[in-house]
Amino acid sequence: MSVEQEVRDFVVRNFFYGDQSVPLADADSFIERGIIDSTGVLEIVHFVESRYGIVLSDDELVPENLDSIARIARFVRAKQGTAGGAAP
Amino acid sequence: MCGLAGWFDPARGAPSEARLLRMLGLLRHRGPDGFGIYRGKGIGLAHARLSIIDLETGQQPMGNEDGSLWIVFNGEIFNYLELRQDLVRRGHRFSSTSDTEVILHLYEDLGVEALTRLNGQFAFALWDARKREILLARDRMGIRPLFYARHGEEWLFASEIKALFADERLTREIDPVALDDVFTFWLPLSPRTAFAGVRELPPAHWLRISEGGWVSGRYWDLPAQADPRDAHPEKFYAEGLLDLLVDATRIQLRSDVPVGAYLSGGLDSSVTAALIRRCSTSPLSTFAVTFRDPEFDESAKQRIMTEFLGTDHETVACEERNIAEAFAEVIWHAEVPLLRTAPAPLFLLSRLVRENGFKVVLTGEGADEILAGYDIFKEDKIRRFMEACPGSRLRPLLLQRLYPYLRLSPARSVAYARAFFGAPAAPFAEAYRSHAPRWNMTAGAKVFFSEDLRQRASAEPAAERAARALGSTGTDALGRAQEIEIRTLLPGYILSSQGDRMLLAHSVEGRFPFLDHRVVEFCLRIPPVLRLKALREKYLLRRALAGLLPAPILRMVKQPYRAPDARCFLGEDALVSEFLSPASLAETGFFDPARVERLAEKLREAPASGFKDNMAFVGILSAQLLHRLFVRDFSVGNGPEMHEVRLVDADAREQPRR
Repeated sequence: MSVEQEVRDFVVRNFFYGDQSVPLADADSFIERGIIDSTGVLEIVHFVESRYGIVLSDDELVPENLDSIARIARFVRAKQGTAGGAAP
Repeated sequence: MCGLAGWFDPARGAPSEARLLRMLGLLRHRGPDGFGIYRGKGIGLAHARLSIIDLETGQQPMGNEDGSLWIVFNGEIFNYLELRQDLVRRGHRFSSTSDTEVILHLYEDLGVEALTRLNGQFAFALWDARKREILLARDRMGIRPLFYARHGEEWLFASEIKALFADERLTREIDPVALDDVFTFWLPLSPRTAFAGVRELPPAHWLRISEGGWVSGRYWDLPAQADPRDAHPEKFYAEGLLDLLVDATRIQLRSDVPVGAYLSGGLDSSVTAALIRRCSTSPLSTFAVTFRDPEFDESAKQRIMTEFLGTDHETVACEERNIAEAFAEVIWHAEVPLLRTAPAPLFLLSRLVRENGFKVVLTGEGADEILAGYDIFKEDKIRRFMEACPGSRLRPLLLQRLYPYLRLSPARSVAYARAFFGAPAAPFAEAYRSHAPRWNMTAGAKVFFSEDLRQRASAEPAAERAARALGSTGTDALGRAQEIEIRTLLPGYILSSQGDRMLLAHSVEGRFPFLDHRVVEFCLRIPPVLRLKALREKYLLRRALAGLLPAPILRMVKQPYRAPDARCFLGEDALVSEFLSPASLAETGFFDPARVERLAEKLREAPASGFKDNMAFVGILSAQLLHRLFVRDFSVGNGPEMHEVRLVDADAREQPRR
């Protein structure tokens, strides 16, 4: 399963409480769509760290890395070194 | 403290005694020391007494000398001695030494204007037999509750909603808009209650009902404007605050039974306890909750204060299972869905107080609202500071000063904190910007509403309901935020679900020196720059009390009172499976069963979930419980049978004992 699909499954399970009918594009901003609240971001961090075995520094805890399915996938790949990405 | 109930219908004869007794039975916990009923043509009054002042002759309902006025009264008039002296000078003759009788005589002279003379916490119903009209009134800050409902031409009123439901003709139905209110503002916006057709009399209001109809009015309001910055030196405000707090404490210690105090270890209750010590040489008993989880526990600070003041300190240890076990009773008393479990430990605390033989406690409630103690005020100030210089990289760093006590702080990432706390107020009006992030975040929990509830709640959008309930607010930004807090959460949650209802569940009266209206007026006139100096909350209070408190207590940063939420219930499968099962959810029709199931699963998997999930879970569970207790399983015979009730019959003027 692609990182995108795994992140999507996580978002549907975690923030849509299993409701598959809510439309969500890979590029949609979680903040602008009102999908996450101020602690929701910490849930995303927990997911990324535990699922992909990586650790986020406070500097990496920014919307550029985590605010959409596409951004998370790009960030994860960059951290894993499997694809060119732009994690700071 | 007491419970009152009554009935008015000008077109009818006297109400049935049985109905008044049923109402009384459901209020018995508020006043187990004596019971009385007044009956006349078209009117019935009932009273359950917790005797605190004038133990011998203070029975109610109480009449004036010629029996033309009768009152049932819940609360205290703290300046009753001064009012009484003045009334005696003007020729009034008293037959008791109670504060209740002072209201009667003052009303004889001034009518509704009498309310402006009272310094106290009260709700009462006053029957004017000559004019055949009933006056309902409630204290300025909303400390004591008063609810009413209509059935045709009949009016029913009571200290608690359950007593209204003793009349089986009233429809018992949870108001879908109230659920929408709770899942946005954390409470039904006044005068709405959790139940359709039941209204509360708002704080600082009176309602007069007669054969000709009804009229209501407001007799007090918050001061409109703060002093300008240079009106007085800082010292003036610090000394003025201390003087007023000392005087408020002095008159609130008036009681014919011993008075104790809550002492959580926080600044506000420490101030209250220190002020009692200053006003009285009697031994002082203090009471507090302790938690095993260090995220919530404040025992260490309690020890500092109890040693400093030399109090006799009693504690109740609260664990997660205690909260789960008490929760149904908590909902029975609160009569509203709750998003937090925090009332439950306070329910256990009032039981401890009662077990120790106390009926009265002073607490520090109100200080956070009037002296800008909550983080929501700092959050708003930082937001405005950031917006004044949008390109600044340094200003947003202040966000990290917020919520230092949270294990999972939303301020850990400045970039995210900026995105969330800087979000626009929409859909709420700009005047409510300070509270819009909280309301929008909470409203996210409406994702669990069923389609049916969503539709039934949608007649008027939440933003319009807020505008109608709050109107225009003060002139300075901090004052505006405080005003919103004082008009919503303070009466609608802090003083009710965490205050009156949890205290009176065990027949204990709370008194709140910070909510003496003179203190409130004074604090809201302090220039905003001194109320929240930089980001130092309650700066002036710390300065005013500098000589009366130990340094560690004076220096500490606010840690709001909280309790563990959803996780209390996740080990208690019985409660969850009974109330959150698909069948139970289908029965009420409020929530979407599949999503609720997934929420419970998520909370079990990741107990460190965010506010929204925790609030949603507790809110859903409590709404389900409320439905079970008040709609499905409520029976008018739920109350105990009443004996030893003093009866006053208006026609016979006879007072036999049953």
